[in-house]
Amino acid sequence: MAEKKKYNYLKEVTKGIVKENPVLCLVLGTCPTLAVSTAASNAIGMGVAATIVLVCSNAVISAMRKIIPDKVRIPAYITIIAAFVTLVQMIVKAYAPSIDESLGIYLPLIVVNCIILGRAEMYASKNPVLPSMLDGLGMGIGFTATLLLMGSIREILGNGTWFGLDLPGELQIIIFLLPPGGFFVFGMLIALASKISGKKPPKATGCAGCPMAGKCSIAKDEGIDRACSALPEDSQTEKGGEAV
Amino acid sequence: MIKALVAVFLAAILTENYVLSKFLGICPFLGVSKKVNTALGMSAAVTFVMVLATAVTYPIYMYLLVPSQMEYLETIVFILVIAGLVQLVEIVLKKYIPALYNSLGIYLPLITTNCAVLGVTMLVIEKSGPEFGYIHALVNALGAGIGFLVAMVMFAGVRQRLEACDIPKSLRGLPITLVAASLVSLSFLGFSGLVDNMLA
Repeated sequence: MAEKKKYNYLKEVTKGIVKENPVLCLVLGTCPTLAVSTAASNAIGMGVAATIVLVCSNAVISAMRKIIPDKVRIPAYITIIAAFVTLVQMIVKAYAPSIDESLGIYLPLIVVNCIILGRAEMYASKNPVLPSMLDGLGMGIGFTATLLLMGSIREILGNGTWFGLDLPGELQIIIFLLPPGGFFVFGMLIALASKISGKKPPKATGCAGCPMAGKCSIAKDEGIDRACSALPEDSQTEKGGEAV
Repeated sequence: MIKALVAVFLAAILTENYVLSKFLGICPFLGVSKKVNTALGMSAAVTFVMVLATAVTYPIYMYLLVPSQMEYLETIVFILVIAGLVQLVEIVLKKYIPALYNSLGIYLPLITTNCAVLGVTMLVIEKSGPEFGYIHALVNALGAGIGFLVAMVMFAGVRQRLEACDIPKSLRGLPITLVAASLVSLSFLGFSGLVDNMLA
């Protein structure tokens, strides 16, 4: 077999949590991040749902990576992802109707979440099943953790509660629950992440993860195909792994 | 009837702006809003696909999925219809209207995975009822597209002014863009209640 590359399984999981955090570093999946992070419990619901879809779709796409013709791979990925999203949607509707209600339209919109399509394109289509699943798990945990952090900040500052529990004090800055608060907290978190890691903050959203990046002339025009400074070396090693 | 349509249209542009209050289509909003020209092209393409997608998915849902009790297939059917439609539009434009293809074509592949398009088609289904029919759905989609355009063009203007500013190092790039987006979205909050009051 061509694929004798050694995988450090633990690293596949942990890279998604810190070094290549999908939200703060790769800047993927901004829409759900901003929309559902008004409360910590929503954040967990969304994160877990996306993680399940991510692990399952990565596994299937990776298993079928040699069967799917290159030209129709994006529609094929979308179909696979949509199938799992529908599955998760039905499960959530049946067992956790309150989460279904608070996530609303953003639950089916996991289909177009660029984290999932991005990981399919960047990782699962080039790597064996087990590492792809672990990669999905790591990215999912990173997504959930960031959502939880943002959800907690916005819920504590905006509503004076955490997971619905009242906190002492009369802190209720409603604006944090409204859309402007979402943009503001997200901007501050990215700034903080870049301050801590010492890297430059990303210039724009994650065109690198976008499966259309190759076709898209805007990404090339504006030189934003590498949004995250950690990305080039990593994607090269991934490509190198394929060539070996 | 006309009054209700105007209300739907204005609400979709101002009070329920898809980008600034529903967070749909954030990726192009932040990625393609550097220049006013690209912002205009992108939002024109989005508006076109939104209306077209709604025009196709609404009847599919109402007359195909509902009678056969397969509403749960909504997600998978809609995304496939949108993907196919975008591809079709691209081919048709390329063949018959090359001028339009040259100005809008480059944005089309990006639109398949634009959550605003899927979002509009789904929200319209959610809203549908005796008071909200096919025409309302189309007007809503058009309003959503125009709202996207307004937000993009306004924001492109804001960003051009940001370029000249001296920004703290950690905030340069995306963080300051998001803070600016926060302020623009704050100004849109001022519209809340406007449509209801105006047409009450």
